[in-house]
Amino acid sequence: MSLITRNVFRTLIQGSQHVSKGLHTTAVNPDKNVCFAPQSISTLQASKEGHIKCTLIPGDGVGPELVYSVQEVFKAANIPVDFESFFFSEVNPTLSAPLEDVVNSIANNKICIKGILATPDFSHTGELQTLNMKLRNALDLYANVVHVKSLPNVNCRHKDVDCIIIREQTEGEYSALEHESVPGVVECLKIITAAKSERIAKFAFDYAVKMGRKKVTAVHKANIMKLGDGLFLRSCEEIAKLYPRIQFEKMIVDNCTMQMVSNPNQFDVMLTPNLYGNIVDNLASGLVGGAGVVAGASYSAECAVFEQGARHIFSGAVGKNIANPTAMLLCSANLLTHVNLHSYSKMIKGAINKVLTDGKVRTKDLGGQSTTKAFTNAVIHCLI
Amino acid sequence: MAARFIKKIVPASRAGVAQYSTGVRKVTLIPGHGIGPEITVAVQKIFEAAKVPIEWDEVDVTAVRGPDGKFGIPQRAIDSVNENKIGLKGPLMTPVGKGYRSLNLALRKEFDLYANVRPCKSLDGIKTLYDNVDVVTIRENTEGEYSGIEHEIVDGVVQSIKLITEEASKRVAEFAFQFAKDNKRKKVTAVHKANIMRMSDGLFLRCCREMATKYPDIKFEERYLDTVCLNMVQDPSKFDVLVMPNLYGDIMSDMCSGLVGGLGLTPSGNIGKNGALFESVHGTAPAIAGQDKANPTALLLSGVMMLRYMRLLEQADKIENACFTVLKEGRVLTEDLGGNSTCSAFTEDIIKNLA
Repeated sequence: MSLITRNVFRTLIQGSQHVSKGLHTTAVNPDKNVCFAPQSISTLQASKEGHIKCTLIPGDGVGPELVYSVQEVFKAANIPVDFESFFFSEVNPTLSAPLEDVVNSIANNKICIKGILATPDFSHTGELQTLNMKLRNALDLYANVVHVKSLPNVNCRHKDVDCIIIREQTEGEYSALEHESVPGVVECLKIITAAKSERIAKFAFDYAVKMGRKKVTAVHKANIMKLGDGLFLRSCEEIAKLYPRIQFEKMIVDNCTMQMVSNPNQFDVMLTPNLYGNIVDNLASGLVGGAGVVAGASYSAECAVFEQGARHIFSGAVGKNIANPTAMLLCSANLLTHVNLHSYSKMIKGAINKVLTDGKVRTKDLGGQSTTKAFTNAVIHCLI
Repeated sequence: MAARFIKKIVPASRAGVAQYSTGVRKVTLIPGHGIGPEITVAVQKIFEAAKVPIEWDEVDVTAVRGPDGKFGIPQRAIDSVNENKIGLKGPLMTPVGKGYRSLNLALRKEFDLYANVRPCKSLDGIKTLYDNVDVVTIRENTEGEYSGIEHEIVDGVVQSIKLITEEASKRVAEFAFQFAKDNKRKKVTAVHKANIMRMSDGLFLRCCREMATKYPDIKFEERYLDTVCLNMVQDPSKFDVLVMPNLYGDIMSDMCSGLVGGLGLTPSGNIGKNGALFESVHGTAPAIAGQDKANPTALLLSGVMMLRYMRLLEQADKIENACFTVLKEGRVLTEDLGGNSTCSAFTEDIIKNLA
């Protein structure tokens, strides 16, 4: 009985989806500068009638298991998204799809859902750039956005955390410019440019405006790195002047981490260079339940790649069916919002919330005993 | 219990330089800026009441323009530390982004204070969201991201150089393992980001691995910085001694302080070849300077750390116990700890408990 109701519902939802899609096709393309504006459907590649094509990179570690969970949910909910899957990995270079193919696919599809890629300490070819960096640079995925939000019924020390961390991820410490000047002395270059700093600052303020946020906090270490972080900070200040309604605040990174663990509720939108963003992302994720429950996304002016907010391959859990797919499912829901399939997105988010609120099915990281599979099924059962 | 803990902070083998003949010893005192002078007076009072055989040699380190036109530490301060080999320092102010070199940085370089030790342990009476925190962060203090080598290549493009050398990495790794051994700690975790900075952090990591083989009794593990951040806030008891390059150490040590109640409560010691400098790592708090509201605990506990380094164990225990008693009773606390007492009342109360 309930199955029939659900199916009827689904048809109805799909119907409404098509209507909204029609509307969007005729809509005038929104301001190009607002790069995170959802892609209007007309620019997306459609494979089947009305279907959207999405690049899928399962990743390493538990990535494939989590991605499978997303696919199951999409299948069950009849979501009109077709995946174009690529095995892409740095630890398994022989089997990995070539970078160009993956980049072309994402550039064409404009959207991608991605598991975490493992980054080994040494590359086989002696390269300093990791595959992640190459992908980001090739697509110019400059902005990483992680929305850290306390989830219902996930036991944590801190309550009601709700902050957005925006991280520049194409320069800074991740430049991969290193050299050994003399044996035993290594120099590693951190590059900060005004252009990229301004770009990310603008992104952050635009994002804050769009999401109705009040405050942007720039995280830096300009007291020590006076030129590098100083430039970043100045760029942020310049951009902040253009947004008088958004409060702008500066914070030194060490103080920021300390404030984060003692009073995370003070933060709203955080704007960081590359490495600090990595630190703050993970720290904040830890506050609300760990890597398994926080979704993130990387944006270029053209495409969006959805991936977990805290990037850990969780290699200890591979094949054990214990990883928490919440983060990946939230990513997929965000992806659906991005392509204007709002009702599906709400459906998935609603289902996740319901499963978490009920609290009967919990994966190990949240103190339960349930498997990835069981959690996925529970989410599927809660789809309405 | 906490007394026993701080006792461990300074390994006995490293305290050699401080073993003078008995009698009154001279210690360089740098009161610092902002609330620095007030909390320094508090510490001096308590030390005097506890009859610590120390003579303070007070110096000012406000930057002066040297003969080369650059701003730097006054010669008198340098001479004083060089002579005494030991110092206690309040917070110093560093103007942000104005071409001054940080005075803290200059002091570290000048005296080659290569290891920064910051024990963070949950204190009785200080309520935080985290219990049973007991970690020691050991941070390489002389190079890394804080090398101070930066230049603007073309307009709007800046490169900052992170410098990692084998020598410094080995030195701090050895210090960390020796520290763990001396203090009966079980595990040393090297915190790095060698997956991204493959050569520089890779070098640091290799040095730690090498050193680990010389200390087979101590468990060694390697963790990525992001993983440590994530795990630390979820379960701090997973960690014991952490050793890391400069920037990561800076961030992690402050974060760990946050877990136990903030910088106002955590002591810090900088150990070098030529001596040791103990300091409170909190800011200068200009907003409350001169109002008798500051909390001297961090500087006092750093002073206790210093006494242990000088093998003045008896006085160290006495002062520390008094301080912990006052914190535990919670009657006389400064505003930052939720009380409404003044710095001097807090100081008096500690002196009363010195018995």
